[in-house]
Amino acid sequence: MSPPTRPSTREVRSLLLLVLCHAVAALLAPFVAGRIGRWVFLPLALVPTATVVWALTHTRTVLDGDRVTQRVTWVPDLGMDIDLSMGALQWLLVLVVAGIGALVLAYCTWYFRAGSPHLASFAGHLTAFMGAMLGLVVSDNLLVLFVFWELTTVFSFLLIGFDPGKRASRLAALQALVVTTLGGLAMLVGFLVLGHEAGTLSISGLLADPPRGTAVTVGVMLVLLGALSKSAQVPLHFWLPGAMAAPTPVSAYLHAASMVKAGLFLVSVLAPGFSTVPGWHLVLLTLGTLTMLVGGWRALRQIDIKLLLAYGTVSQLGFLMVLLSIGSRTAALAGLGLLLAHAMFKATLFLCVGIVDTLTGTRDLHKLSGVGRQLPVVAVAATLAGLSMVGFPPLLGFIAKETMWAALLELAHGETAGVPSYAGWLVLAGLAVGSTFTVGYTARFVWGAFATKPGVEPTEVRPLAAGFAAPPVVLALAGLVLGFAGAALTTAIAPYADTLVAGEHEEYLALWHGWELPLLFSALTLLAGAGLFAARDRVCHLQARTHPPVSAEQVYRAAMRAVDRSAIEVTGFVQRGSVTTYLTVVLVVVLAVPGSALVAALVSSLGGDGPGIDVVAWDRAAQPVVGVIMLAAAVMTVRSRRRLRAVILAGITGYGCALLFLVHGAPDIAMTQVLVETVTLVVFVLVLRRLPEYFTDRPLRPVRYARMALAAGVGVAVAGFLLVAGSGRTAEPISSQFAKAAYDFGYGRNVVNVTLVDIRAWDTFGEISVLVVAATGVASLIFLDSRSSGIRRVFDVPYPEGVDRQAARPGRRVWLPGPRTLSPERRSIVFEVVTRLLFPTVVVFSIYLLIAGHNLPGGGFAAGMVTGLALMVRYLAGGRYELDEAAPVDAGVLIGTGLFVAALSGLGPVAFGGSVLQTADVYVDLPLLGEIHLVSSIGFDIGVYLVVVGLVLDLLRTFGSRLDRQILRAEREAAEGVDSEDSRSRERRERAEVSG
Amino acid sequence: MEMNATLLLVCGGLVGCGVYLLLERSLTRVLAGLVLIGNGINVGFLAAGGPAGSSAFYGSADPEDMADPLPQALVLTAIVITLGTVAFLLAMAHRSWQLHGADDVQDDVEDAAIRRLAVDDETSVGHSATTQGQEEDDPEEDDR
Repeated sequence: MSPPTRPSTREVRSLLLLVLCHAVAALLAPFVAGRIGRWVFLPLALVPTATVVWALTHTRTVLDGDRVTQRVTWVPDLGMDIDLSMGALQWLLVLVVAGIGALVLAYCTWYFRAGSPHLASFAGHLTAFMGAMLGLVVSDNLLVLFVFWELTTVFSFLLIGFDPGKRASRLAALQALVVTTLGGLAMLVGFLVLGHEAGTLSISGLLADPPRGTAVTVGVMLVLLGALSKSAQVPLHFWLPGAMAAPTPVSAYLHAASMVKAGLFLVSVLAPGFSTVPGWHLVLLTLGTLTMLVGGWRALRQIDIKLLLAYGTVSQLGFLMVLLSIGSRTAALAGLGLLLAHAMFKATLFLCVGIVDTLTGTRDLHKLSGVGRQLPVVAVAATLAGLSMVGFPPLLGFIAKETMWAALLELAHGETAGVPSYAGWLVLAGLAVGSTFTVGYTARFVWGAFATKPGVEPTEVRPLAAGFAAPPVVLALAGLVLGFAGAALTTAIAPYADTLVAGEHEEYLALWHGWELPLLFSALTLLAGAGLFAARDRVCHLQARTHPPVSAEQVYRAAMRAVDRSAIEVTGFVQRGSVTTYLTVVLVVVLAVPGSALVAALVSSLGGDGPGIDVVAWDRAAQPVVGVIMLAAAVMTVRSRRRLRAVILAGITGYGCALLFLVHGAPDIAMTQVLVETVTLVVFVLVLRRLPEYFTDRPLRPVRYARMALAAGVGVAVAGFLLVAGSGRTAEPISSQFAKAAYDFGYGRNVVNVTLVDIRAWDTFGEISVLVVAATGVASLIFLDSRSSGIRRVFDVPYPEGVDRQAARPGRRVWLPGPRTLSPERRSIVFEVVTRLLFPTVVVFSIYLLIAGHNLPGGGFAAGMVTGLALMVRYLAGGRYELDEAAPVDAGVLIGTGLFVAALSGLGPVAFGGSVLQTADVYVDLPLLGEIHLVSSIGFDIGVYLVVVGLVLDLLRTFGSRLDRQILRAEREAAEGVDSEDSRSRERRERAEVSG
Repeated sequence: MEMNATLLLVCGGLVGCGVYLLLERSLTRVLAGLVLIGNGINVGFLAAGGPAGSSAFYGSADPEDMADPLPQALVLTAIVITLGTVAFLLAMAHRSWQLHGADDVQDDVEDAAIRRLAVDDETSVGHSATTQGQEEDDPEEDDR
């Protein structure tokens, strides 16, 4: 093998732009299709046409053996740059992909009827696919190639599943996706292996210096798996006939001309560097030959002419795989010539099938009769394409096949390294038989679609639009013209072919090579194939009798079924559906894994090896007293059968916590804990009035003891971790610097508060965001639709029954306005008076806490809780209207404003050149008040304050006001003598509210 | 560092009781368990922060003698978060009671369906051996 010389390159900037043009066109297509319907395909066809023109302008560069390249830096750390490169091989494929793409898009205009469903998305998907295919063939980076490769898979999935209402179409799409993605993933692993071994992911770099070794062999095999699955080689071929569920333009384009060529393309790209890797020839020659035989044999018996072509495509793909994998100059000439020929004749044939199908409504070759006479142009085009397929002179297929026989003879003579002579003869024999099959099924196709059959009524054919027939005619004629252009083709393919080993004779593509062996082979296969066609009925009978017991598709289905079965078993075993079980599993793991580490640490500590255990009984005498009370309350919480009792006992542990905090030297959290505990208790009570008094009785089961043991184990483990971790601590805690830092940079004396609003302000910001989410969640669970039930002021509330209307005259004041909406027996004048006196004081106090919190105990959380409690007292004294009087704002607005203020104050310093959440201070001299030290982080604290007030207000509105309303309604319904039936229907209504 | 045994005991005890309640089915009990666990862990933070000391106000005491302010700040946020969590779970308990007449945690219906398939040794729709997935289009299936 002559080492490929690094060709000179020509840098362009238009290549990626072309790919992006396809993407933009694909995005626009649905909108345009909405306006002009099926005519959208004609403007879309301009995009691939532009690509063809672009490629032709670079013909000179490419034919000189140079490359057109473009590099866009993308993820340099991963070696993932968008490297695009076009040599002779790529140039040929760009022309195939874009040229046939333009014709197929134009053809779609007439294939679809006006107003076909899914047309808009189809146009977009097909154009996007063309872009992905273009990107695939010009990629010069393995990872970029992989991305485009998978994109073609995805669009193929969408295009096969064109009609998602049809089950067969969905299944075919999924099958193609699963098979090709499986190969694609293997290929990705292969790429990574190759990239690792070569030290580069660039394809040209890889080929310039191909690595060797076991890892490379494995990598190449994985890559080949991807190529084999994409190009539908045995035993992964079955997805291709299934994919015929797609509309015919898709079959013509993706599943004949372009996508299925991707695997062949990859093999041709790699062949110059890797065809001598062990196993390469064994795998590809064997499977390629088998594919050609299996596909051809199955095609001989098909009744659906589209399916017949599909199996024919499988067969031809195997044929091409053999040629392109050989890795000799002659084989490459033949292979690429055939690849071009196949793209043209197979697309023509599919497009003709589409015409016949659309105009007659059937694809059954037993029902079609006399179509050729009524559609002569189509019949001629299809016949020309068919002749090219069988290798009949003077068509393109013939000249490629001539060289193909020469290449196979070289192989059989042992001229290819690594392929013994006998293997070459076997391949030659296989391909000869395969070519015979090709002749047989091609004849069957042309006869089946167009012949007039005795005893069959002539099929009715609707009139043919000229535009509909134009694309296949153009392609068929191109196949004829190129048959005379052997020399030009040789020149075009030579830059690629010359990178491969040349045979003894310098072969070339031409119509006439003289009276040689290849001509004999061509003639023999044509004759034998004609015989096969003549005996077609006997062939069908033979096939029926020798039908293999298992097909590849059945194996696939069995495999998918096995995957499904095991998934069900695993899921059924693991997903028990019970939260308790999941929690138990989690906790048992906690006990088993970190717990055993804990035991090991304890053992070594007590043995004197590790850090010792360092314990004091208590720091303050009050601690054990409070601790005993808390533990007693906790145990009683567990034992209690009444809801309220359990909640109050749990609350006692909370107040106990506050005491522990206080004696520990943490007044801030002690205060916040007391406030929060109080709010929690009130909220609990508000909800519990709606829930049954006792917990549901459950039978006592032995499993309870296991649960007790687990709970005790977790408790011991938590305490044990703290003990071991704390005792083992040797480093100075970072917080020892906090006190000074708080004053120097946060300008505050309350270290905890400065920690919250400055040192760890990001934390606090995250936390208030959680509060916003929680408040929103609560509101949506209780209000169900929106908070819009609204705030109602007292003056628009009617007096309840039995309450005398009080004359409102100037000067007459009430303690609280709200309670008049309550029935008299629910009111307490003393409570109302106290509330009236306390409320303003408490609110002022909370504002003091908010401002003073920077230097003294307090801060946004505590202040917000105090304001919340003040509101709560108003609510308890005067009912829901009193709450609205006290805070006539939407809780959501408060919460949102709070978050906004906090964010703004965090971002503020950036405007002055500081960093986010930095604190600044300023001294302001005010009359009367004297000098005031203002610190910018007060803004953050105000945000926190507003969020907390909003949260408490939300809780009161939901658990208080809203539940009041529900209770009132229930009472009213009960009073109206509504029986339990109706209360159930009310529940149903509420349920409907949720879903509606 | 010296660990305070009393605080550790309280922490372990509260977490243990909380975990027991957490494994119950009634959401109210789960909630009480959550409150207990929250309190227990907060006490644990206190214990991990080191010995008791004077309050952390700059200038009021020597920083050496102050109780560690960092765990305090963490506990403060934890307390308020616990309120949010409790309120949310409470709303769920209420909703569950409204819909099912009980605030018990129900088993997942979809999981139960999969378990039935596993017990019957069945495959899911589309992978059945008899239809091969290639049957005629089933209009009912398509409507779904």
